[in-house]
Amino acid sequence: MSKITRRKFLAGSMAGGAAIAMAPTKKAFGANLEGFPDGMGVLVDMTRCVGCRSCEAACNKEQNLPEPDKSFDDYSVFDERPHGHYRRPTEKAYTVVNRYDPVDEQPVYRKIQCNHCNEPACLTSCFVNAYTKTPEGAVIYNDKVCVGCRNCMIACPFGIPAYSYSSAINPIIKKCIFCYDTRLKNGQTPACVEACPQQVMVFGKRKELIKIAHDRIRRSPVKYVDQVYGEKEVGGTGWLYLSGVPFQEAGFNISLPSEPIINNVKDFLAIVPMVLAIWPALFTGFHLLATKGKSHGHGDDHSHDGQEEH
Amino acid sequence: MVNTGKKFMAGLAGLFICCLLMMNCYAMESYPEEIEIDVLSELYQGVVFDHGWHVMMTEGCAVCHHHTTGTPVVDSYCAKCHADEKPMATVSCQDCHSSEPVTAGSVREKDAFLFHDDKPDLKAAYHLSCLGCHQEMGAPVGCQDCHARTEAGDAFFRAGQFAPTGSADSSGY
Ligand code: SF4
Ligand code: SF4
Ligand code: SF4
Repeated sequence: MSKITRRKFLAGSMAGGAAIAMAPTKKAFGANLEGFPDGMGVLVDMTRCVGCRSCEAACNKEQNLPEPDKSFDDYSVFDERPHGHYRRPTEKAYTVVNRYDPVDEQPVYRKIQCNHCNEPACLTSCFVNAYTKTPEGAVIYNDKVCVGCRNCMIACPFGIPAYSYSSAINPIIKKCIFCYDTRLKNGQTPACVEACPQQVMVFGKRKELIKIAHDRIRRSPVKYVDQVYGEKEVGGTGWLYLSGVPFQEAGFNISLPSEPIINNVKDFLAIVPMVLAIWPALFTGFHLLATKGKSHGHGDDHSHDGQEEH
Repeated sequence: MVNTGKKFMAGLAGLFICCLLMMNCYAMESYPEEIEIDVLSELYQGVVFDHGWHVMMTEGCAVCHHHTTGTPVVDSYCAKCHADEKPMATVSCQDCHSSEPVTAGSVREKDAFLFHDDKPDLKAAYHLSCLGCHQEMGAPVGCQDCHARTEAGDAFFRAGQFAPTGSADSSGY
């Protein structure tokens, strides 16, 4: 419960006003870097993944997700580059596996889903408190509360939350919930982890997973890159990765800070209340622009914007 | 998928108890020619593993059986302790590899065999061993190259008669 209180405090302080949000209370967060001491996680050993997509199929079934665009045994998805990028989770697929082709190496398959951060930027960025970090380690959300503002999509350093357009009236964010409702809260292994024929993933306490990961590296120093991705990144994530190739060659962002994103997001969020306040004015402006065609005042507006940025 | 693992393991366990009776003297070059792995009966049909052929093709029993068959140990990690190992009473996979899914807790459980931690569970022991070698040798690696899928499997993978029709697309793109 203490975390929930803290979350409320965080969100409250952010929604409360720019003055508080602009002053990062870094010390308060620093003490919580480890998250819940018994938080669960998953260790993903990419050296074992063969790209069979069983995990994707399992997630689809477990989460009652809509029909996929292609069968889960269709491997042409690995060559897809929607919008010029590798596949990412969508509102219809909470996890996807991508194939990377490092030079002079065998292909590498990387399963992605929410990493269930210790200090989730999605949670911090949400000004209606839709997100919760549970003591079990899952980052879940209440879709009844979500207003579809997409702050979390921008805030997440891993590009995870996806936006559901299925309902125009109630658009909501969708993402992997660590099988919280059906499994995690009963201490059970997530569906994707269980389905994997290669035991790419091990489920357990994050603390123990980190030890297992380092043991594997120590035991096979040639096989693994000497890094556990997610151990330090953005304050630590519940899902951790081992790789046989440098992480950037498997599409990982290796320039993430080891501190939580919270502080940056808070700066970003400071403008949210302001945006809300000027929302009607903004739309009136757009409307005028749209109906009036080219505006004489455009040049003035532009210089005005420039001033505001500084 | 919840029950698949359990059924798979139960099937394997039964099968290997039978096999065990047939291969109690591995080092004496007596081994089963065929092993039917009648498992994953939910998503896949049973696999008839041509054990005899694989015995012929591999360098030695230890490629798969580590240090248990009395043949020269291949893995240098195993060889640290088991360089001059005698044949063991049991050589079947399921005697050492748990049919329960591995978790962090079970991996880190300390037992008398200090260096036997982080053992893959039975399902993974098979796939890691088989697929690892198949990849290296250029042998078939597709799921259905070894397992024929059942109707339930088709439904799980949304393939065959369960293939996407496209009509259910509600993403609005
Ligand atoms: S990976 Fe993204 S969506 Fe998941 S908890 Fe972290 S910030 Fe939130
Ligand atoms: S943990 Fe559950 S919700 Fe998340 S990707 Fe795996 S199966 Fe899907
Ligand atoms: S089920 Fe396992 S081996 Fe198959 S794609 Fe997923 S993580 Fe990789």
